[in-house]
Amino acid sequence: MKIAVASGKGGTGKSMVAANLAFSLSVAEPVTLFDCDVEEPNLHLFFPEDQPEVSSVSILVPDVDPDRCTLCGECARFCAFGALVAARDRVLFFPLHCHSCGGCMVACPAGAIRETPRQIGTVTERSISPNLLLVTGTLNEGEVLGVKVIRAAKGRAGAESWIIFDASPGTSCPVVETLEGADFCILVTESTPFGLHDLALAYDVTLQKGIPSGVVVNRSDGRDDVVHRFCNEKNIPVLAVIPFERKIAEIQGSGDLIARRDPAWKDRFCAIGRACRSLMEGGA
Amino acid sequence: MILCIPSVGPDSGDSIDDRFGRAPYFIIYDTETDTITPHRNESAGGMGGVGLKAAQFLLNHGVDAVIAGRVGGNALEALKAGGIKVLLYQGKGTVKEAISGFLHGGLKEQE
Repeated sequence: MKIAVASGKGGTGKSMVAANLAFSLSVAEPVTLFDCDVEEPNLHLFFPEDQPEVSSVSILVPDVDPDRCTLCGECARFCAFGALVAARDRVLFFPLHCHSCGGCMVACPAGAIRETPRQIGTVTERSISPNLLLVTGTLNEGEVLGVKVIRAAKGRAGAESWIIFDASPGTSCPVVETLEGADFCILVTESTPFGLHDLALAYDVTLQKGIPSGVVVNRSDGRDDVVHRFCNEKNIPVLAVIPFERKIAEIQGSGDLIARRDPAWKDRFCAIGRACRSLMEGGA
Repeated sequence: MILCIPSVGPDSGDSIDDRFGRAPYFIIYDTETDTITPHRNESAGGMGGVGLKAAQFLLNHGVDAVIAGRVGGNALEALKAGGIKVLLYQGKGTVKEAISGFLHGGLKEQE
């Protein structure tokens, strides 16, 4: 069962939900939690430091052999992003523009281009407990191809009972990549006009991807009528409502998990996981 | 000498465009023959790398200098590698006025 946790709006509590869900389910079954917010991963802060295993993520980029290159410019003509420029005496390469498609190598009639790896990020594995593995994708500062790092991180998924992908905010490429292959998507929102607005955007993404979804309302002040009305209209199940409470905020603010501190919350998060599973099976 | 002036339209009376890669037209001016040839910038609406695409266009057309409001870092690097000078023209003049500014020697080079 692969569950993505997304929201549209930032700061609604995606990571809080993902971490508590992963922790709660891991008490009984194997879980791998993926931090797919590769530009600012921070899920590991919820868990005591273990011995992280770091491996690098590279993309293949062109390397032009000046002895073979005839400066014909076919590679530059092919590249949609201007990553290669055929100057008068050499071909210039602008690495941050390269999307690693390999097309220039195919387009080169002189066979002057070979591909060479360029590191753009890392994947870190942390064994949190015998049942819980945390996999974190991290994009190097200044790099732009976060999608490649997300893909590399998600590639570590095995046959665990529960696989949880924590997405970045927004609705653009990194979120779409995070949702790829998910069986279900938990949309975390808050009872503000901003939360609702972005919930609608994120919901549209799940529709386009054909992924069934459910909503968790976080930091609820009890006045969530508009969110519930939206969910009713769209026929989206509301999986849980987490109240806006000082106690929860204090636990969360100290870097702890409400499910670790309070067995009642652990049970509630396990119930969210089970609801996702039955909704996925019902929808399929 | 071959000059290029990014512009909003195809005529010498059209305004220059202070953007480089996203200018809708590139006007090529030959100082020897005093002729202008307009080219539509096919990359103007591209997703990214339009400055580099524009630099490639200038390289392909044997341009010696471009008159522009400002050119971004990557494009400037590509232009320099191709020996193309960037001459700064501040203000909202027409292509004709920019050419005249160049001919009177009043344009500074972007470093």
